[in-house]
Amino acid sequence: MPADIRPGLRLALLGALALVCIVAFMALGANGNWSFVLPFRGAKLAVMVLVAYAIAVSSVLFQTITHNRILTPAIMGFDALYILIQASIVLGLGLDPLGNHDNAALKFAAEVVLMTGFAYLLFRFLFTGAVQSLHLMMLVGIVFGLLFRSLSSFIVRLIDPNEFVVLQDRMFASFNTTKNELLLVSVLAIAAASLVAWRLRHRYDVLALGRDMAVNLGIDYRRTIMLTLMLIAVMVSVSTALVGPVIFFGLLVSNLGYLTAGTDRHRLVLPAAVLWAIVFLVGGQTLLERVLSLNATVSVVIEFVGGLLFLFLVTRKTQR
Amino acid sequence: MIQVSEVSKRYGDTVVVDGVSLRIPARGITTIIGPNGAGKSTLLSMISRLLPMSAGTVTVDGMDVTRSDSKELAKRLAILRQDNHLPLRLTVRDLIAFGRYPHSGGRPTMEDKAHIDRAIDYLNLNALADRFLDELSGGQRQRAFIAMVLCQDTDYVLLDEPLNNLDMRNAVDMMKLLRRAADELHKTVVLVLHDINFASCYSDRIVAMRAGKVAYQGAPEELIRSEILSDLYQLDMAVHEIGGQRICVYYR
Repeated sequence: MPADIRPGLRLALLGALALVCIVAFMALGANGNWSFVLPFRGAKLAVMVLVAYAIAVSSVLFQTITHNRILTPAIMGFDALYILIQASIVLGLGLDPLGNHDNAALKFAAEVVLMTGFAYLLFRFLFTGAVQSLHLMMLVGIVFGLLFRSLSSFIVRLIDPNEFVVLQDRMFASFNTTKNELLLVSVLAIAAASLVAWRLRHRYDVLALGRDMAVNLGIDYRRTIMLTLMLIAVMVSVSTALVGPVIFFGLLVSNLGYLTAGTDRHRLVLPAAVLWAIVFLVGGQTLLERVLSLNATVSVVIEFVGGLLFLFLVTRKTQR
Repeated sequence: MIQVSEVSKRYGDTVVVDGVSLRIPARGITTIIGPNGAGKSTLLSMISRLLPMSAGTVTVDGMDVTRSDSKELAKRLAILRQDNHLPLRLTVRDLIAFGRYPHSGGRPTMEDKAHIDRAIDYLNLNALADRFLDELSGGQRQRAFIAMVLCQDTDYVLLDEPLNNLDMRNAVDMMKLLRRAADELHKTVVLVLHDINFASCYSDRIVAMRAGKVAYQGAPEELIRSEILSDLYQLDMAVHEIGGQRICVYYR
């Protein structure tokens, strides 16, 4: 279709930009010291790309099933819940489950189940017709986020200071402290989730038409939503486990994705959002670290820009 | 045939649809009329599985709508509710193509494309096919949605107030089109209408609802009568026969 050519071109340009960012991140200031630089930066790059991917895809899917473009899993408090679960595990069982790498996959699975359960409850409460106002939903999300964060900090006060140090590492977004031991489990989890999401891509296009239309067109609505919440829970868990919570990043890249794709087809929107996420994370990190020689974490800058976009979207929505 | 048996819908203590039993035979146009809050749209939503019912069953060609495979049902029954507002940027053709989803699963074949072109022709949307939905007037958008539902190519087509947003000319065109769909394509069309005169002039059967129950049902000539309609709407309504059409007058 001719209408597909221009978004295709834009996507290709965006892909090239993402590639430039990746190459710049790997090569700038390497001084030929490749044997050290390659594995060190490579691991960092892998984490950033994985997180970019997870946040972009989970945000777009969440916005599709909730039929809006402002809410993301992070804004609804999913990240904060993950942290709360982590804190509760440390309080209840001590550090062992966290430190013991053999259990990583099992622990991860348990967390995803808990996250999905919560997501489902929240979803039933919010999105089955009882609450229609977007602003009310946003408020509920922010209150939940606050509640989870407060509970986490309460738990933190109860636990052993040594355990706290380990936990603290997980509670603040950072792209500098990578957790290589989690990388393999994360890659596998994300790959499995992506495979399912890709198979459902046509269904998501239909879901975007709204619940009534989707049911009319024969979508098993409840099952698809449940499955998608599970995928989102997996992706949020991965990204939060790797770098900690980032609130407005998903909002930023999903909206840039819609803008770039120029359509609502998920086969264009999803890659566009992922590429933007890579450009922001990898490009931003390169700029801060290598060009400006700042030690500030890129997440602060991204949160700033994303927060501004959030305010803009909310006020524009109100004006209409 | 759509068989509605003892269907109820309750919200807390409020009963919106109260033990309705109804048989809608295959083919032709069946129109549901009645005052606001009679439960017409709620009934239509339950028949089309958009809304779960509190009690009762609905079968379409013998398939129970709450238990049957949703995808199979989507090939037999299509529903369009009122106020279709989409926040998406879609062209008319893209929207209509979604009607083929139950058949194609998102990968349209040549046959699906032929169906899409036919639906565009049928609703006279050729000039608008590549325009975006948000650039259209309310009436044009309504036609695009109807085209999507027809493109779904189901035996049963359920429309909730399809004349919303349409001016007189477009409303007449829409009703003529539905008449053609019923006569030429042998569809079973079920409508909820507020304009009683359109119901009178185009329907094969009329079902009149009041307070969640079926108050009257029958052919237009049996139902479009002064005493019945005056009772139904609690309003003085005169019925005149003009040019072979039964027309209600109730404005003053």
